[in-house]
Amino acid sequence: MTADPGQVDHISGQTTTGHEWDGIRELNTPLPRWWLWLFYVTIAFAVFYWILYPAWPFVAGYSGGVLGYTNRTGLAADVAAAQAARAQGAAGLEKATVDEIEKDPKLLEVALAQGKAAFGDNCAPCHGSGGQGQKGYPNLTAGRWLWGGTLDQIQATITHGIRYASDTDTHSSAMPAFGHDGILKADQISQVANYVRILGKFEPESGVDLGAGKKIFADNCAVCHGEDGKGNLEMGAPNLTTKVWLYGNDLRDLVYTITNARNSVMPAWGGRLDPVTVKSLALYVHSLGGGQ
Amino acid sequence: MTLGADEIDDEPLYEAAKKVYPQKVWGTYRRLKWIVLWIALGVYYILPFIRWSREPNEPSQAVLVDMAHSRFYAFFIELWPQEVYYFTGLLILASLILFLSNALFGRVWCGYACPQTVWTDLFLWVERAIEGDRRERLKLDAAPWDGEKIAKRITKHAAWLVIALLTGGAAVLYFQDAPTLVIEIVTFKAPLVAYLWIGIFTFTTYSLAGHMREQVCLYMCPWPRIQAALTDADALNVTYRVDRGEPRMSLKDAARARAHGESAGDCIDCMQCVAVCPTGVDIRKGAQLGCIQCGLCIDACDAVMEKVHRPLRLIAYDTDENQDRRKSGEHNVYRLIRARTILYAGLIAITGLVMLYALISRSSMNVSVLHVRAPLFTQTAEGGIRNGFTVRFSNKLGVSRDFTLEVSGLKGAMMTSVVAKPIEDGRLSVHIDPDATFEAPVYVGSPADAKLDKSTPIVFTATDPRTGEHVIVGDHFFAP
Repeated sequence: MTADPGQVDHISGQTTTGHEWDGIRELNTPLPRWWLWLFYVTIAFAVFYWILYPAWPFVAGYSGGVLGYTNRTGLAADVAAAQAARAQGAAGLEKATVDEIEKDPKLLEVALAQGKAAFGDNCAPCHGSGGQGQKGYPNLTAGRWLWGGTLDQIQATITHGIRYASDTDTHSSAMPAFGHDGILKADQISQVANYVRILGKFEPESGVDLGAGKKIFADNCAVCHGEDGKGNLEMGAPNLTTKVWLYGNDLRDLVYTITNARNSVMPAWGGRLDPVTVKSLALYVHSLGGGQ
Repeated sequence: MTLGADEIDDEPLYEAAKKVYPQKVWGTYRRLKWIVLWIALGVYYILPFIRWSREPNEPSQAVLVDMAHSRFYAFFIELWPQEVYYFTGLLILASLILFLSNALFGRVWCGYACPQTVWTDLFLWVERAIEGDRRERLKLDAAPWDGEKIAKRITKHAAWLVIALLTGGAAVLYFQDAPTLVIEIVTFKAPLVAYLWIGIFTFTTYSLAGHMREQVCLYMCPWPRIQAALTDADALNVTYRVDRGEPRMSLKDAARARAHGESAGDCIDCMQCVAVCPTGVDIRKGAQLGCIQCGLCIDACDAVMEKVHRPLRLIAYDTDENQDRRKSGEHNVYRLIRARTILYAGLIAITGLVMLYALISRSSMNVSVLHVRAPLFTQTAEGGIRNGFTVRFSNKLGVSRDFTLEVSGLKGAMMTSVVAKPIEDGRLSVHIDPDATFEAPVYVGSPADAKLDKSTPIVFTATDPRTGEHVIVGDHFFAP
């Protein structure tokens, strides 16, 4: 290899780099100037970036950059800005009661928007994205409430939860596990389950002694669910005469419920969410069509 | 195998742009261009400051793109984001007018009214005032960098940048209250985004009008390509009248030829038409992509023709058709009214009327209904079925209004909403703020134990009881 820069290649008329391998000479084709300038600009950009932003890893830690920016501080700033923006709307919600908010269209608009967001974050996993519920998790849109469907009652339920041991004000009641605890025998359970189906205007099984079922119901169930099966909000005892059933209304489901009892739990949200969010949630749940 | 030198195509694939040094010219078309330029610039700078009286809570600027509240105002017109189709109509109208102007007078848009032409003209005027006319500029470019050249260059670029800055400055005035923004800008209190856009427009104006000029028309603009396909033999284009001009020869040769009874063209090959051309083309080569048809070569040629005592308009607005007709000894005909222009004018009239109708009949209220998807329907404790709907009301007037909402198509339907007042006949009354939209969750319930199809078509009717104006929206009621 010989180096003779500046030599002109006689075929193309272009200068060569002076590099030659086995008679093949390399033409000197410099990079376009605009490309080089862009390249220099990127280098300059990188230098400024090193100075301004976190860049170099050290043994322990890293170069912080003079702006002191990290993704974490950026997120904190964004969250603070979002909270500040929300505070404006939330200020009015703080003092007003749920009933007062409901009467003020401006406050209600803010509360419903906040409630919708909070519902998606906290309630939707069990109650469904639209409050439609699922087996074991009440449908909040149907107008059938275990512990009451007025604004105050909904707010109380959200705040203190249901059968939530660590909240002293929680709704508590327990249906006995009639079969499991040996209070009723299997055929008695079948009889009362069929009677409950009649209360809900469903077809009972044929050949079952419904008179016996009625008597068992009056002796064991009417205390909480009422003589007519219309339930009792004080005890969270469901109304058995509607078409809306939390754990299903076919015979199998009813027999299981009477045998083992259900007694499901909802957490108290008063300690987890701030009072404004709880109020907003109460108003939103109340607005889903089932509110009373 | 080696290639011989003659086998290699040594023509470079890239040719550096040749700088154009347009010469000063005076005449009919130059005057017309100045008039259009001052009108265009005048409108551009004055428009944001024109006031227009509207409702007190609305801006008082006649033309305003209000990004923050997503409204567009143009005098008596106020458009909401969901009405951007008006802009589609405007764009269609603009292109049809461009087509019509092209069918009549060729590239008049390019030559007179295009912002690229207007600002390039302005920048050229500044350049000429500082560095002198064509000859001086050619000399200055070739001269070494001495004090005078540096001083002239700095002055020129500074003047260009000031104009560019004012251009960018005016552009942002269309997006906020202009008088307020001007004060904010000069006192450095304007939002950062305003400065950012001023910077962007300053850069584009400076580079497009100062440095790129005809390159924009030649390489960046799609219109010359489309225009070539849209023109026809009857369109008036800036034309070198070959039949009169050729054979071109010097004044002396022409005199000699004429004395011998030989034919001699009027073109004395003085190259004035090329010297004044802002895009540096030779019009004598015929219609071409680079020609923006500004007519400056007509002015230049007329001045020469006057001096050599030949008839004016050797270069003129003429048609291809007439070129051919003169060759065969026929008279010129100008057919401005022909199938093409009638079609364009008709389309413009139709589009304009449709837009006018849309604007006049523009509803002052709007309602859209969205069926709640989860749950699609609810079995209520009372035994009925309930469907949820999100109803969005728009009140496009500057006063607050109460709309009534009515549902029909479902027997015994009951409508409820926590944000609306129930009124007689099961209807709801919804209060909407001025110039605002409002979203209401509305529930429609069927009577207990009603026999329902899987899907029942229902109709929502929203009415402004004061004016009787109403909007009808159809949807469905779902049941298990």
